[in-house]
This record gives sequence, structure tokens and C-alpha cells, in this order.
Amino acid sequence: MKRLLKRRESILLISLVALGLLVSIRARGFLGFENLDSILNDTCALIMGSLGQFMVILVGGIDLSVESVMAFTGMAAALANQAMPGIPAWLYLPAGAAMGAILGAGSGALVAFGKLPPIIATLGTMSIYRGIVFVMSNGAWVTTHEMSPGFLSIPSTPILGVSSMIWIAVLAVAAAAVLMRRTSSGREVYAYGGNKTAALFAGVSERKVSMLIFVASGILSGIVGVLWVSRYGMAHSETASGFNMQTVAACVLGGVSMSGGSGTVTGVVLGALFFGVINNALTVVNFSPFYQMAIQGFVILFAIVSNTLIDRRNQMKLAARRLI
Amino acid sequence: MSRGRDGSGDVLVDESRLIRADLSLGKRLTGLALKWESLLSIIFIATLVLFSILSPVFLDADNLVDATFNFMEKAIIAMPMIFVILCGDIDISVASIIALSSLFMGMASEAGASTPALIGIGLGVGLLAGLLNGLLITRLDIPAIAVTLGSMSLFRGISNAVLGDKAYTKYPEDFGFLGQGYVLGIPVQVLVFAAVAAIAAVVLNATVFGRYAYAIGNNKTAARFSGVPVQDVRLAIFAATGLLSGLAGILLTSRIGSTRPNIASGWELDVITTVVLGGVAITGGKGNVAGVIIAAFLLGYMKFGMGVLNVPGKVMNIITGALLVVAILLPRAVESLRRRALLRKTGA
Repeated sequence: MKRLLKRRESILLISLVALGLLVSIRARGFLGFENLDSILNDTCALIMGSLGQFMVILVGGIDLSVESVMAFTGMAAALANQAMPGIPAWLYLPAGAAMGAILGAGSGALVAFGKLPPIIATLGTMSIYRGIVFVMSNGAWVTTHEMSPGFLSIPSTPILGVSSMIWIAVLAVAAAAVLMRRTSSGREVYAYGGNKTAALFAGVSERKVSMLIFVASGILSGIVGVLWVSRYGMAHSETASGFNMQTVAACVLGGVSMSGGSGTVTGVVLGALFFGVINNALTVVNFSPFYQMAIQGFVILFAIVSNTLIDRRNQMKLAARRLI
Repeated sequence: MSRGRDGSGDVLVDESRLIRADLSLGKRLTGLALKWESLLSIIFIATLVLFSILSPVFLDADNLVDATFNFMEKAIIAMPMIFVILCGDIDISVASIIALSSLFMGMASEAGASTPALIGIGLGVGLLAGLLNGLLITRLDIPAIAVTLGSMSLFRGISNAVLGDKAYTKYPEDFGFLGQGYVLGIPVQVLVFAAVAAIAAVVLNATVFGRYAYAIGNNKTAARFSGVPVQDVRLAIFAATGLLSGLAGILLTSRIGSTRPNIASGWELDVITTVVLGGVAITGGKGNVAGVIIAAFLLGYMKFGMGVLNVPGKVMNIITGALLVVAILLPRAVESLRRRALLRKTGA
């Protein structure tokens, strides 16, 4: 099983590299440092958002509140900045994380204590949180010239030659990888996602797992929300609209099973990068941006169908070996 | 929660089933369903009364009839969605199927197609889209959410790619009748919905197919071993969902008289909200048509009422979101309290 997962990720990595090489034939400089840097910067938000989504999908659920939490913390940060431009810029990130944690805990509590399925709980919180964003801002937009230079430079400040956005994403990926692979809490999430009954009998707490995944997803979305708004210099009640499905798509492409229990952080990161490279490639090759969504849909369908076929063939081989 | 391959994971966790088994399962379930629908009806009537008090223009026969134009298309898709969710599946591509069917109708209309031809194209595209979903889901055994996530992007993406920032606005004059017309003072849309709802109710309650849907939702594996053609039933349900999304696409295109790539965007969640609020368990196996009809009207009139009161759309979201969560939490909380009381009694 482990070898199989590894193989799936290496297939993804190979197609990612192949895609990059293919595009660089058409457009020189596609694989240059500058462009790779810009692809990474563009994809950081998707990587972090997808990591949160990944944890919820791992238990067979789905988190529809990702984009609303982003809009919420983004708007709160923008309004705070508008009212008090003197707040030190670095403070926004922990504040966004904390706010995201609280919002995530809201969804988590509905799942853990209200026993609502994740899709229903987050369908509710998605609407509620986005509604509050509107109330908070009175429906108004906060635009670039209403934000302080310090706030706008949060994601672009270079540290050791690399933008802080990338550093934050790297930290998030590392933290998620350690949490999921090296801690007992992370293994409990896998166990619970793989077989709920068995996990409960093994002493895994349903409530703890639910709270953990939603708070983690909330923290990630909260940070991404702040980065998103300061990067694009704009906060409104439709911020990040449609982002949920992109995060789910990145997970699916990364080989995460929608029925729960299997998937890796590496796969999710590669899945998100794949979409980042495609989107960037389309602009570089001067393809109409209107094709982006259709290609994304095709890639998702292609990925799940081929994943299923590969799985099936491997299982057949395994079964044949057993028969002998 | 358990959108897994079978529902077996729930059996040991749900201790309520052990108790329920003693008390005639059928009676308990119908009792519960009745209670859910009566609860919804009470909320519905309370909403109507509240808005009538708050606004002098709300309680007006013409207004209430015309308000249905804003939610009939969603209500129509909610009917097959009952079956989808009943089987423990989900279809998030319905709004994109509307976009796709509207796109092809627009292209045909530019080429001079007549109204009957447009209807055929709208239904046909919807059916094909639904079949594609169903075939991928049942023949390759891929979770419905993964497949429809992909087709959601693909269908709307095709619409984006063809239309770009343009729109089709040339439709035959008599095409508008479907989405805007009245027959004997009743909007055509309402009549179409009534027919669809009646068919859904009959199929669900009075046919083998309906029983199959419940069986699949309760335990897919058990259903298969009992001789239920699980995959064929699910395929038919996804095809029907596509067909009726195509129908909704016809009505919507006719109503607004144009095809834009963002047509019906976000509707999939509204439809799912309606079905879930209507008492269909997202885990499958439980639900009824009546509850979903009430939920569709409840949500529709709630939005209309808030619109009359100039409540911004995003604020309405807070209320519908809270309604969804509370309406589902409430009966569960009551149930768990009663269960606890029952346990204490039997334990003592």
C-alpha cells in the first residue's frame, strides 16, 4: 500500500516536471528562476488552503468554510489596518491564525458535539461567516490606497532572498507533515478516516479528531486570508469566492481519497503545484484565460479516472498473486 | 459523514438503532418524518406571519405567486437531488449542467432553432451530462463528490471557453413563455414543478425503484446482496438529475432570456441546502419529498420576504446558514435527550 502511494506521487511529480519542460519549449524562461518564483508565490495560498482541506477530507468529510474563513480574517485584517495603520505588520499573521482557529472551532464544534456531518456543518458556517464579512464591512470594499505600506508588504517581504509568503507556506507544509506523520494525533486522524468503528474501539476520540482537523483547517485558512488580502490589496465580501473547490481539486489531484483514510501531505502539495503550473503556463503561452476552468475540470476527471484504473490493476495483480 | 463504500462503519456507533429496533421501526420512522415536516411547516407559517407583520406588501397574492419565479428552478433540481442524497451520493455539478445546457441552447438559437428544438437540446444536453457523471461514478466506482467536482469545473469551463465575455441573447419570441408565462394565472414554472414533484413522490413512495433508493442509502452492501441493482439505480438517478438540471436550464434561460457563463453560479449549494433542510439525511437512507417541497418554499419566501425588507443578500446568508444548522441540530438534540431518558428508564 505504501509503495503504491509513493508511486502515485512520483507519477504526479514526473508529470509536473514533464509539463514544465513542455511549456518551456513554447515559452523560454518558463523554468527560469524568476518565473518559478512567481509560480510558487501564486500557489502558496492554494497549498496552505489545500492542506487544511486535506485533513478534513481525510476523515471522509469536506470543509466548505475555507473560503469564508479566508474572507473573514482578510476583511478583519483590512479593517483593522484601515482603522489603525500603526499596528505592526507581523502581528496580523498570528491574529489571523487565532481568528481562523476560533472560526474553525465553530465548525468543529458542530461536527464534534452537534454530530452534524462536516458537509452540512460547513455549508452552514460558510454562509454565516461570509454574511458576517458583509456586516463587518457594511458591504464596502477596502482597497489598496486604504491599506498601509507595511500591511501590503506582508507577503512580499524578502527573507534570505525568498519572499515571506513562500517561507510561511514552507513552514505550514512542514508543520502539517510533522503533525500528520509524526504525532499520535495525526495518526489518529488517519485511523479515524480509514475505519471509524475500529478507531473508536482503539480509543481514538471522535471529538478530539473533529476539533483538531477543523481548528487546523481554520488556522491555515485564517493565515491565507490575511496573506490573500494584503497580496492583492483588496478585501470585499466576495474575497476568495470559489476557492473551496480549488482546494478540494488539489487534494483529489494529489491522490487523496474522497472517502477518507488515505492521502499524504506531499501529494496535496504536488496537486496544488500542478494547478499553479497549469494556470501560469496558460498565461505564459498566451492561452485565453477563459479556458482555465475547462482544463482544470478535465485534469481532475483525468486524474481520478487514471488513479482508479491504476488502483484496480494493482488490486487485480495482488489478487492474482494470492490465488497462486 | 460516512460517504464510504458502505455504511457498515455506523452500525456499532449508533446505539439509538438498538433501542429503535424494539419499538417497531416503521412506526418510529414515519413518526419522525411527520414530526420533521410539521416542524418545517410551523417554521414556514411563522415566517409568512412574521413577514406579513413586518411588511405591508408581503402578503399579497400576486406578489406571492410572482415570488415563485425566483426559486422554482432550484426546487425542480431538488427533486432528483433527493434521490441522489438518499443513496448517500451527492451531485455538485447541477449548476454547471444548467450552464452547459443553456450554452447549447444559445448556440442553437443563434443558428435559428425553434422553441421545441431548443427544449430538446436543453433536455438532451442535461441527460448526456448526467449520464457522463453516472457512468464514471458507477462503472469505475469513484465517489460521486470527486466525479461531480471535476465535471462541475469541466461543464462550466466549456461554457466559459465558448462564451468568454460574450453572451447569447437571441431567443425566439415564444421561448420566453416557459420561464415567464402563466396558465390560468399560475406560472408555467410552478406547473412544471408540480408535475416533477408529483412524479418524484410517486416514484419514491410507490415504486420498487423508490424502495431501492432507500435500501441503497441504508446499506449499499446489504442492498447489493439482496439483489438490488445498486449501480443501475444510481446511474439512472444521476441521469435523471442531469435531465432535470437541463429542464431547469431551459426554464432559467427562458426566464432571463440570455445565456452567460456565470448563469446559475452557486446554485448547487442552494439546492443541497434545500434538500437537507427538507429532512433528507446527508448520510443517506432517510428523507421524503414533502419535506423538501416545504423547505423549497420556506427558503424561497424567506429570501423574498427579506428582499422586500431590503435585507442585503449576504445578510440573508447568515440567516439561511443558521436556519440550516439549527433546524438540523434541534431535532437531534431532542432525540438525544429522549434517548438518554429512555436509557435511564430501561437501566433502572
